Amino acid sequence: MFEILEKKILAPGVKLIKVKAPLISQKALAGQFVVIRVYDKGERIPLTIADKDEKEGSITIVFQEVGKTTKLLGKLEKGEYILDVVGPLGKPSDIDKYGVVIGVGGGVGIAALFPILKALKSCGNYVISIIGGRSKEYVIFKDEIENIVDEAYITTDDGTLGRKGLVTDVLKELLEGRKIDRIWAVGPTIMMKVVSDVTRPYNVPTIVSLNPIMVDGTGMCGGCRVTVDGKIKFTCVDGPEFDGHLVDFDELLLRLKTYKEEEMLALKTLEESEANRIESFKD
Amino acid sequence: MKVLKTKTPMPEQPVEERIRNFDEVALGYTEEQALIEASRCLQCKDAPCIKGCPVNIDIPGFIRLIKERRYDEAIKKIKETNNLPATTGRVCPQENQCEALCTLKRVGEPVAIGRLERFVADLELKKGIEIPKIEKKYNKNVAVIGSGPAGLTVAGDLAKKGINVSIFEAFHEPGGVLIYGIPEFRLPKRIVRAEIEYVKNLGVNIYTNVVVGRTITIDELLKEYDAVFIGTGAGAPQFLNIPGENLVGIYSANEFLTRVNLMKAYRFPEYDTPIKIGKRVGVIGGGNVAMDAARTAIRLGAEEVHVLYRRTEEEMPARYEEIIHAKEEGVRFNFLVAPVKFIGDENGKVIGIELQRMMLGEPDSSGRRRPIPVPNSNFFFPLDMVIVAIGTIPNPLISMTTPDLAISKHGTIIIDETTGKTSKERVYAGGDIASGAATVINAMGAGKISARSIIKYLLREN
Ligand SMILES: Cc1cc2nc3c(=O)[nH]c(=O)nc-3n(C[C@H](O)[C@H](O)[C@H](O)COP(=O)(O)OP(=O)(O)OC[C@H]3O[C@@H](n4cnc5c(N)ncnc54)[C@H](O)[C@@H]3O)c2cc1C
Ligand SMILES: Cc1cc2nc3c(=O)[nH]c(=O)nc-3n(C[C@H](O)[C@H](O)[C@H](O)COP(=O)(O)OP(=O)(O)OC[C@H]3O[C@@H](n4cnc5c(N)ncnc54)[C@H](O)[C@@H]3O)c2cc1C
Ligand code: SF4
Ligand code: FES
Repeated sequence: MFEILEKKILAPGVKLIKVKAPLISQKALAGQFVVIRVYDKGERIPLTIADKDEKEGSITIVFQEVGKTTKLLGKLEKGEYILDVVGPLGKPSDIDKYGVVIGVGGGVGIAALFPILKALKSCGNYVISIIGGRSKEYVIFKDEIENIVDEAYITTDDGTLGRKGLVTDVLKELLEGRKIDRIWAVGPTIMMKVVSDVTRPYNVPTIVSLNPIMVDGTGMCGGCRVTVDGKIKFTCVDGPEFDGHLVDFDELLLRLKTYKEEEMLALKTLEESEANRIESFKD
Repeated sequence: MKVLKTKTPMPEQPVEERIRNFDEVALGYTEEQALIEASRCLQCKDAPCIKGCPVNIDIPGFIRLIKERRYDEAIKKIKETNNLPATTGRVCPQENQCEALCTLKRVGEPVAIGRLERFVADLELKKGIEIPKIEKKYNKNVAVIGSGPAGLTVAGDLAKKGINVSIFEAFHEPGGVLIYGIPEFRLPKRIVRAEIEYVKNLGVNIYTNVVVGRTITIDELLKEYDAVFIGTGAGAPQFLNIPGENLVGIYSANEFLTRVNLMKAYRFPEYDTPIKIGKRVGVIGGGNVAMDAARTAIRLGAEEVHVLYRRTEEEMPARYEEIIHAKEEGVRFNFLVAPVKFIGDENGKVIGIELQRMMLGEPDSSGRRRPIPVPNSNFFFPLDMVIVAIGTIPNPLISMTTPDLAISKHGTIIIDETTGKTSKERVYAGGDIASGAATVINAMGAGKISARSIIKYLLREN
């Protein structure tokens, strides 16, 4: 049982929780994730460790409510417990002094990008961030990131914050203007695909953090397999970070749709059970 | 006296019913049936059966006790060398072990040793397992990694001796393959849970959600524990490495069975983990895992389930009983075919497989005849779901993070088989992680050997 020490709402449907997990907190490095199970009939889902506080023995998770499990997680309040949290899983980011590094983040991926940028900065890199969202309220972790990077850019689809447009618009300009040594892209799969396509002609190494469907997160099921450079890789043990120029994104996008109907059904049963509960309150 | 030539038949759930549920297929002997079966045993002086048993259970001994209706003593006799009799009585390949050597085979079928073992073990479970008094407690601490049959055995044996044991398990539930792999209809989870409860009642602490190599390392454990036993199994699935293997609808048997058994996807949406079931399912492989996957697919409502195996029925490594069960349940077998590539539609979903016909050549190193391809024999076989059950290998997490642990080229941990010792001081290993994928009883036997040598090392005694 893992206690929730703190809870914040960052954006519509996006929540942050701090979870007491001392063993994981001691070990967690940038780029790693945990697998959680909210309750005894729950699914196991992976979530990135966005931050940690070793003294407090806590890890921070930022998640978007997209389906049943993330919605159930979102209902838990401070002082309540998550049944299972296991980690830290996956290989840590390959942090080194590269020179000029750009971190591109979209949606909740921005939170996952944060520890990576922090580690890159403390390693002596010149760090540039480009973060974006649909509109102003979806741009999370803005201050946290601006506090640590050397240059910060923001884009929104509707122009309510920063530049109107996509993160890749800014990225293209930066790539034209100066020598970039490495790029990290964390966000929706489609964003990471587009970033990789944009950087390919410039030959700038581009690291992406993949988010396939997982079960165990320890290399036991192969459900998280992706094709990288024509070979099968297990995201949970060989990744989650890979060279974006070698990833078969189209395959990953199709695999992510495997359970579309079941996910809808799970969500519907959740909503119905809530409707019933509200009904029974009325009686 | 005339000897009955055949085994007393095992009562089973009728086929029409059991293909619609996940309840156990083999129902177990009644007392009457057990007594008849026990009376078939000749009580051979040389007891060839014992030599066939990897943990050398005193087989005629416990059967005689059943004959005399001294069931409590019978189970004690078994438990002298076997910690998990309710499990092994169900899943051991007795036909290759004790029963293969039974004297009665000369005139007919061997004694149904496994069924008798299960009979007394189930009786004990029904009554509640007695917790032995632990005479003396020692200030010695052992960490056991993995809670499959190997880990549970080591933990049980050490705890009975008065040594403190902590088990660290990566999954949220202990039991290893017994929980996540072998299906409910062959090994009910309440049996496994009862065996785990027993180990806990001996004072063993089980910490779930700890991935050794990630959450904590072997070297860190060695700082706090006097010895470490690694029983992490061989759980990493192998794939065929042929084109199209990442199409939607292709599962490793491990993923398929974990979703269904551990995560209870067969009760979706009551349980949240989903599984997609095809109309025409192909299962690639010929072992126990393939049989379990095929029979699970039948129960989940697949219209046709095809086992695709590159040799013939004779070479199939699966237990004979499970092949029979699978056939009864409507699983179809396609022999002498090997997958060449998977074919998908525009949505990336698998729609079929290209197979090549094989023929049998000379025996290979395993003694089975090697399949060789028949030229120009490729054909298309439509399928909308595929389960790849071609074997598993050790998970590299521990070897990757423990550089001074000697590993074979197959990824297994190298041990001294007579002691379970690894190349690393105070570290022992056993079960599938050392042998490669094998059997429950072998893992348990290896656990016993390690427990003995850990006791010897920690308590300086034999
Ligand atoms: C290594 C890793 C790290 C991740 N880190 C985070 C994180 O920090 N914060 C966060 O909010 N999410 C993260 N994800 C994604 C998260 O695991 C999924 O959003 C979650 O599993 C959805 O579960 P659900 O039951 O709520 O929704 P479901 O009902 O399972 O799915 C609802 C919708 O979400 C989509 N979806 C399902 N699984 C994923 C997935 N793995 N990735 C993307 N979309 C998915 C489905 O296609 C569907 O449209 C991460 C995924 C991986 C593999
Ligand atoms: C589907 C299936 C059917 C089978 N049928 C039969 C049968 O009928 N008869 C038979 O005799 N055998 C059968 N087997 C084989 C048998 O189950 C195994 O040989 C046996 O379980 C091996 O035991 P073990 O203790 O070595 O490992 P496992 O049972 O694999 O247990 C290892 C445990 O270690 C945990 N673990 C792994 N890595 C770590 C880590 N880094 N940190 C912490 N924990 C970790 C795993 O989660 C697991 O719980 C079958 C196997 C499968 C998969
Ligand atoms: S070999 Fe068969 S008949 Fe002889 S003692 Fe063993 S079980 Fe009984
Ligand atoms: S999630 Fe199961 S192998 Fe990666």
